[in-house]
Amino acid sequence: MPSAADTSADSEPVKDEAREALLESIVGDLGSVVVETRLDPGHDLWVRVARESWAAVAEYFHEEQRCRYFDWLSVMDWKQSPFGRSMDSEVENQLNTEPEEEAAESDYTETGADGYAGGETRFQIMARVSSLSTGLGVNLKADLPDDDLTIDTWINSYPGANWHEREAFEMFGVSFNGHPKMQNLYLPTDFEGFPLRKDYPLVARMVKPWPGIVDVEPMPEVEEPAKETPLGATTSNPQDGGVQ
Amino acid sequence: MTAINDRRQLAYAAAQATDARVNIELEAEGMTLNIGPQHPATHGTLRIIVRLDGEQVIEADPVMGYMHRGYEKLTEVRTYPQVTTLINRIDWVSSFANEVPFILAAEKLMEVEAPPRAQWIRTILFELGRIANVSMFLGDMGVQLGAVTPMFYALRDREFILNQIEAATGGRFHPNFDRIGGLKDDLPAGWIEDTRLALDKMEYFCQQVEDLVIGNEIFEQRTRGIGIIPADVGLSYGLSGANIRASGVDWDLRRDNPVGLAWDQVDWRVWTHPDGDSFARYWVRLQEVRESCHIVRQLLDGLPSGPIMAKVPRVVKVPEGEAYVACENPLGQMGYYLVSQGGLTPFRVKVRTASFSNMSITPWLLKGTYVADVITILASLYFILGDLDR
Repeated sequence: MPSAADTSADSEPVKDEAREALLESIVGDLGSVVVETRLDPGHDLWVRVARESWAAVAEYFHEEQRCRYFDWLSVMDWKQSPFGRSMDSEVENQLNTEPEEEAAESDYTETGADGYAGGETRFQIMARVSSLSTGLGVNLKADLPDDDLTIDTWINSYPGANWHEREAFEMFGVSFNGHPKMQNLYLPTDFEGFPLRKDYPLVARMVKPWPGIVDVEPMPEVEEPAKETPLGATTSNPQDGGVQ
Repeated sequence: MTAINDRRQLAYAAAQATDARVNIELEAEGMTLNIGPQHPATHGTLRIIVRLDGEQVIEADPVMGYMHRGYEKLTEVRTYPQVTTLINRIDWVSSFANEVPFILAAEKLMEVEAPPRAQWIRTILFELGRIANVSMFLGDMGVQLGAVTPMFYALRDREFILNQIEAATGGRFHPNFDRIGGLKDDLPAGWIEDTRLALDKMEYFCQQVEDLVIGNEIFEQRTRGIGIIPADVGLSYGLSGANIRASGVDWDLRRDNPVGLAWDQVDWRVWTHPDGDSFARYWVRLQEVRESCHIVRQLLDGLPSGPIMAKVPRVVKVPEGEAYVACENPLGQMGYYLVSQGGLTPFRVKVRTASFSNMSITPWLLKGTYVADVITILASLYFILGDLDR
């Protein structure tokens, strides 16, 4: 039974030590199952594991690391969207935002898995579990090869993965071995396509740009009186055009 | 009437007829009952297919998605300042609380920190959102059990809090007030005094609800021992917020991981209840509203002066990286896993909402309960449909 988690309020360096120790014990216990790791001191921890051991890793974190809290599970599609921001980027060009946006789009690669803890495939499964006794969470990842988008289910260790896996199934087309009900969760049963994949177009935005374009004409120049702030604070808001 | 000739129309009509038949279908080994999607106890459009043996539920299967709006996809074509407008609509009863974790995730990647005053005002608005949200639950739980009065009290007194949110942000429900690096504006004159008065009203409301509901024989009978969630089951389903604290788990991100907000600056406590039943969930939430009033009062007293905006470039671009930030929202833990590739828009945003995980326990929890208790249990888990469907 988990109990009070009151240890995480320590100062920053102590937290890092905790994460380093956690990482060390994970790598020590799992051995070659761990493919790559990344530690952001004071922030978070990423561990990429082999796909074949995905269910065993869940079991390990549940039992050995006592990460009893299942946070979430999802899939990443690392492909660059072939559509970019469609007509929205035109709006931005009119707004004279620097055209660097194009540079991001020209980065197009077939499999651009370039996130934390690396990856070689277009699709990556991601999950996060936390331990209440230490207050630390771990982000777990595994590569999914394009020709075989299947992976073992986590339900045996974390029953809460049930709906998350169904969502991943309908949104990305990843199926989970051993899942008792691999059906659409949100989408209608006869829905075609996998909406959260990058190559699935967001049709609404392709036919009509965001109507915000009607509002973006420059505001009339008004001589702004010294803004009175009742509570003695200075108001300067860059997103409203205050500070450069 | 015109005859239906088109094959597709025929198929549609047949499907409609099938749906209608499913509504109450007698079977050999039990009855299938459709609760919802248009059922008053489902707070919107959640449909629960329950298979019954007499009065007892053999199997419950929630069907959702009637309100799925695809926010994770939509964020990929919006700039960062535009995203907050969207995510306001996830949990629409306490919208400001939705904005905060996203903004914090973006700030984390940009390595920007909001000035102290902004952090305190964020915390105040966050807690006011919690009061407005959970007071709805306190009233609504009564409605589900046939007592309408608490709801009227809740609607009446919540308005004072919403007025304060509106006075500060301009929106009762959708403030869109949080910015990367701080806040849109400072508080208006006289706001602090007015908020103290509004808190007086809410504290009185809590007392009224407690007098009305806690100790009421009908209420106790219908909630005590109903829908018990053991702590380890709750955790493995990802339950969070008051739902898990009512199972005796002392776990609150406000205390355990106060990411860049001011909760660690004030004196307050986390309420838990050992029972894990519907009553415990009600009781914990009631105490939490009081505790929130207590937190806001202290924050108002100690509000630091200074700027409300850090230096942030005019066009927000978030550097490459990944960050996950979760906050203790009124409904439970809400987190955003933000992946940026350095552009004007997020590359991917995974929204972890509290209601989704909280509701994923329902098939397990409803098994073996009675039909009348289904409503109580659903109400006591407290979900917002927008938070469930995203």
